[in-house]
Amino acid sequence: MTHAWIQSFIFLGLVLAIAVPLGPFIAKVLAGERTFLHPVLGPVERGLYRLMGIRGDEDMGWKAYAWAIAAFNLLGIAAVFLLQKAQGALPLNPEGMGKVATDLSFNTAVSFTTNTNWQAYGGESTLSYLTQMLGLTVQNFLSAATGIVVVVALIRGLMRRSALGIGNAWADLVRTTLYVLLPLSAIIALLLVSQGTLQTFAASVKTTSGQVLAMGPAASQVAIKMLGTNGGGFFNANSAHPFENPTGLSNLIHMVAIFSIPAALCLAFGTMAKDRRQGWAVMAAMAVIFVAALSVTTWAEAKGNPGLKGLPVNQMVSTEQGGGNMEGKEVRFGAANASLFATITTSASCGAVIAWHDSFTPLGGLVPLWLMQLGEVVFGGVGSGLYGMLLFALVGVFIGGLMVGRTPEYLGKKIEAFEMKMASIAILLPSAAILIGTAVAVLHAPAVASISNPGPHGFTQVLYAFSSATQNNGSAFGGLSVNTPFYNYGLALCMLVGRFGVILPVLAIAGSLARKKYTPESVGTLPTHTPLFVGVLVGVVLLIGALTYLPALALGPLAEHLTLR
Amino acid sequence: MNLQLRPALVAFLGLTVITGLAYPALITGLSKVIFPRQAEGSLIRKEGNVLGSELIGQSFTDAAHFWGRPSVTVGPDGKPLPYNGANSGGSNQAPSNPALKQAVEERIAALRAADPEQQGPIPVDLVTASASGLDPHISPAAAEYQVHRVAKARNLPEAQVRDLVRQHTEGPQFGVLGDATVNVLKLNLALDQAK
Amino acid sequence: MTTHSRHTAPARPLFEPAIVKRALVDAFRKLNPLHQLRNPVMFTVWVCSAFATALWLQALTGQGEARPSFILAIALWLWFTVLFANFAEAMAEGRGKAQAESLRAAKRNVKATKLAGPDRNGPSSTVEAPTLRIGDLVLVKAGETIPGDGEVLEGVASVNESAITGESAPVIRESGGDRSAVTGGTLVLSDWLVIRISTNPGETFLDRMIAMVEGAKRQKTPNEIALDILLAGLTIVFLLAVATLLPFSIFSVKAAGQGSPVTITVLVSLLVCLIPTTIGGLLSAIGIAGMDRMIQANVIATSGRAVEAAGDVDVLLLDKTGTITLGNREAVAFIPSEGVNIHDLADAAQLSSLADETPEGRSIVILAKEQYGLRERDIRVLDAHFVPFTAQTRMSGVNLGHREVRKGAASAIEDFVQAKGGRFPEDLRRRVDEIAMAGGTPLVVADGAKALGVIQLKDIVKGGIKERFAELRNMGIKTVMITGDNPLTAAAIAAEAGVDDFLAQATPEAKLKLIREYQTGGRLVAMTGDGTNDAPALAQADVAVAMNSGTQAAKEAGNMVDLDSNPTKLIEIVEIGKQLLMTRGSLTTFSIANDVAKYFAILPAAFVATYPALGALNIMGLHSPESAILSAVIFNALIIVFLIPLSLRGVKYRPMGAAQLLQRNLFVYGAGGLIVPFVGIKLIDMLLVALHLTA
Repeated sequence: MTHAWIQSFIFLGLVLAIAVPLGPFIAKVLAGERTFLHPVLGPVERGLYRLMGIRGDEDMGWKAYAWAIAAFNLLGIAAVFLLQKAQGALPLNPEGMGKVATDLSFNTAVSFTTNTNWQAYGGESTLSYLTQMLGLTVQNFLSAATGIVVVVALIRGLMRRSALGIGNAWADLVRTTLYVLLPLSAIIALLLVSQGTLQTFAASVKTTSGQVLAMGPAASQVAIKMLGTNGGGFFNANSAHPFENPTGLSNLIHMVAIFSIPAALCLAFGTMAKDRRQGWAVMAAMAVIFVAALSVTTWAEAKGNPGLKGLPVNQMVSTEQGGGNMEGKEVRFGAANASLFATITTSASCGAVIAWHDSFTPLGGLVPLWLMQLGEVVFGGVGSGLYGMLLFALVGVFIGGLMVGRTPEYLGKKIEAFEMKMASIAILLPSAAILIGTAVAVLHAPAVASISNPGPHGFTQVLYAFSSATQNNGSAFGGLSVNTPFYNYGLALCMLVGRFGVILPVLAIAGSLARKKYTPESVGTLPTHTPLFVGVLVGVVLLIGALTYLPALALGPLAEHLTLR
Repeated sequence: MNLQLRPALVAFLGLTVITGLAYPALITGLSKVIFPRQAEGSLIRKEGNVLGSELIGQSFTDAAHFWGRPSVTVGPDGKPLPYNGANSGGSNQAPSNPALKQAVEERIAALRAADPEQQGPIPVDLVTASASGLDPHISPAAAEYQVHRVAKARNLPEAQVRDLVRQHTEGPQFGVLGDATVNVLKLNLALDQAK
Repeated sequence: MTTHSRHTAPARPLFEPAIVKRALVDAFRKLNPLHQLRNPVMFTVWVCSAFATALWLQALTGQGEARPSFILAIALWLWFTVLFANFAEAMAEGRGKAQAESLRAAKRNVKATKLAGPDRNGPSSTVEAPTLRIGDLVLVKAGETIPGDGEVLEGVASVNESAITGESAPVIRESGGDRSAVTGGTLVLSDWLVIRISTNPGETFLDRMIAMVEGAKRQKTPNEIALDILLAGLTIVFLLAVATLLPFSIFSVKAAGQGSPVTITVLVSLLVCLIPTTIGGLLSAIGIAGMDRMIQANVIATSGRAVEAAGDVDVLLLDKTGTITLGNREAVAFIPSEGVNIHDLADAAQLSSLADETPEGRSIVILAKEQYGLRERDIRVLDAHFVPFTAQTRMSGVNLGHREVRKGAASAIEDFVQAKGGRFPEDLRRRVDEIAMAGGTPLVVADGAKALGVIQLKDIVKGGIKERFAELRNMGIKTVMITGDNPLTAAAIAAEAGVDDFLAQATPEAKLKLIREYQTGGRLVAMTGDGTNDAPALAQADVAVAMNSGTQAAKEAGNMVDLDSNPTKLIEIVEIGKQLLMTRGSLTTFSIANDVAKYFAILPAAFVATYPALGALNIMGLHSPESAILSAVIFNALIIVFLIPLSLRGVKYRPMGAAQLLQRNLFVYGAGGLIVPFVGIKLIDMLLVALHLTA
């Protein structure tokens, strides 16, 4: 266990070390200020503006901003869909992959545009290199940029006073992609290649033993897949595949990349709010939930599979073997790293995996499932994690504010009926998609036929799929056969609801807050940077999550755990 | 309402070219120069032939070689094809799934059959399927478990085999990252060499 | 807290039998679904109750999903949940209604003498009060009731306003000035008044007051609407969680191969237990009770919005006189001019004040007596002639033969002395300035042509007011003193009273400007006022409390009227506003925290047949699935009753910072809300078993 915790603390330390400079940098980039990258990328930025016919400093109201985001994402869905349909006739297709079925193409297009990166397909057996690059890699960048600009718009709403605009969506998207995502991805990609991650346009290789080794330009996609909390693997086995994630170090890079931007955005929030403590408070709330979740998963997985009791199998953790519950895990990572990675990837809405969550112990699998159901706000997706957490902060501030006898305020902005309405919608819609989706599936015979594990675990598989899709995570209880029209269309719908059903209310709140006056802080104001508020925030997130999903969880992982133990 | 079609199209196409073409091309070019071997799969070559990749495990089932992790990958025909490098994946069996228990029991039986004298508890990684189906490693304990069988099959002293295992055992990277591993393909190649 | 009102809380017990009786009847009357629609949470409970009743009827035919007696028990307790919430609301309204009735009595059968013209001896006609319109002139004589709100045009009369204020001592109403407003329903005791009616029937102060205390036209306040939305959102979430449980359960039964799908009765019970019925059921009672507490404090708010805004106030503008200082100044020292014996000064000062019945004058006499042993002398024995204060002379004093002793403002005495051929000494001029600078008021005393010295008068800051301001500061509220004094005087008093800021030489315009400045900075401003010239500032302030003794214009500009006309009331009003929000917030937290225990009661009960291992979640060790579910439902209903006193009285406000307050309330209502239901449900379960009321 010590070994597991040492690795966890190294990970957290590195995340912090990167977030501290990266946060203010992101704030600077999105304020349109000059950075050290401008001499190189500045001309590209200006060139794009000229072609677009816009000025970077033109402010947009929230509706125009929302439409820009929607239009941009609709184009993305269309492009990825068409690429899959046409890949057979396009270049960079050494394996001669044919066109992809319509339901699967639609699912994949929506999945990558919504930052879900759910894989109903097997990368190496379905998609051409061109589709992977021009479709998937591009959406890895653009969906990440979308998340970041939305949260920045929300922060602007909080900070601006009696203003109509919340920024320029086009400039925000371009700046985020050019100055934040691209340079970091390039660095991560090269680091990964140094460890053995593939980066080649060569076709697959056949060994003397007859083994066929799939190849491809993996590192460039894997880098942004982690950095943008996308999670869609180049290969079917995702980051468990040795060609994506070959060593302990590459694994650490994977994990740190997932949390870098979500953590940095918290600090960017503090920078933009001109009160760093606000950013740290939000991050502290995330960290508290993360560490608690990590402890449960690590403990559960290290104990091993209770189902193997009575067999002559040694599941003990020792220096000679990683031990623990090793089904669906890789030896080079061990159960400890698998637990850490699973907690990270589901805290953030990444969804990349280095082990199959389906084969996790019931409690070890419950934690990732519940982390997604909390709304992916524990660091969460790039941007989406923070805006989700800020929605919970609004709810926390509202109840807390009432409890101290004042109309609730957050950062000097009064939280009133409109904000509560939008926050309720944003929290309600994903819950509805998850619960209704699961309910329909378990009553629909063809959907039930996709279930691969018996008993309560089968139910968990379906619940996990809808939770993952709706919260734009993308990880799976992979035993469920989801490449069917029901799941392809159903889950795609959930992804859209989970993505835009939150983004639109968030932008509406941003617009409404921007118009409001600023109320100066006083002793009577509920402080939102103290440990007490961190506690309130954690409480709100956990309580809403627990109350919404406890019945479902009782019939899934809890029943399985209590039966199996 | 201003539909903003021009900025939308330009932004989308411009960024597609930058992130979908320029960026992968740049990374591929740089990798080719800086890390040519790693970028192309860390292949093990012998006399122009590719023996395999040091990162990808291969299927060994005879008594004279160390066995890797059980792999549940399937071939293009949907039939089991362990260590299929063109279609990675795991079992996704739940801990509560009786099929998992049965699979483990079968693997135990196979190991016992291959070496009836070895009666100790079996290291868990040797009876559970890996995530990728391509796991190149087993734990040092799993290697040790097989030393007796391999030495016997090859008529080598156990000490010599154990020594070879030790040479191919790597601790956690930098002493902390990940678990200790033994690369099965490299170990078996070394064994074949030793003969 | 100190309070100056006569109708303070103990005056009316929380559960007055008459009110309880009527509330019980009203609770049933409010079962009307149209009434329930106003409240999404309770409407959901209503629907669930009706549904459970239907299930019971179905069970009676022998085709039920469970034992009819069990379904009946659930259905009854669900109805009780609705009834209890109705009862809470009816209780809150009942207290107001009782008050409204006594107000209505004042309105009944009033006849008015309507004048055709301003001449009170001119032609007139007798009409019913409700026919009077704005601009009508009426004559009201001794013993008659004033027929409507209006402005006194002519006459002076003493008026009994006890119907409105509860204060039986009569007040003077006269034309012109700040005492010209009269309220309909009050009684003229002496003399007569000619009144111009200023409101139409139905809009009078009395009408508004009745409507307010009855809560009849109660509009939801902004925070209440926001909270309603949150509660509705939570209700939908729970509706989803519970509704989807049926398919989940059907699937699980198939997967496990045992048990049977969860019954609708159980789902309906679970839903009612989970949705925030505690706060939902008490929400309107809390709002009405908040208004009621204002009334108990003798403050009439024109809207619930104003009460709520009071809790948000950041800045209090307080008039110096009457609020911060006692209305009167007091003599504290005699300072002789050079070469003058202090006893001579004291003697002259006392002589000049013997006939001065103002509090200042009395204090001079007393100071002379206490410090210099000068006994009070009878002014008639001395054959003295008293010279009263006039606006022209700005002096008062006494003539004893030729001796002319005067006291007054420095400039007035200087003129007086010089007119007598004397000289105003330089050192005295300095003394005068020093006193003014220290926040005092200098009164110079002269005996004929000789200026003897100066009497130092001081404002007396009210006892305990400094501590009060410190409390306000802890609450995050800034206090600003408004005074007509010069800046130096104002600064000194401000420092002594401990206010945060002051506005000296305040004019109505300066006041208005100050309020706007604070509001531009995002602050909410509260103030009190009584005069017509306060009206613009009152209209601008967010919380504006008009004194009932004030003018009609002031009362119309404000959004609250203080019947006691007590300027310190503002502080009490802020606390009531905060209490209102705190009660809502705390009960919301309590309500949501309760759900954890209810899950632990109901989930194992509902699914133990399918997955026996889930019995481990029955950590309360409840007797049986039926008793567990019934106990949770009963607890959920009873907790509303138990919390009625709290919601009527309000969560106690303590003047402390927001952070401490939150910590305290979270501990009490958050942690308490987690733990209490575990205990409560277990106790109910034990009771059900002991009484053999459950299978």
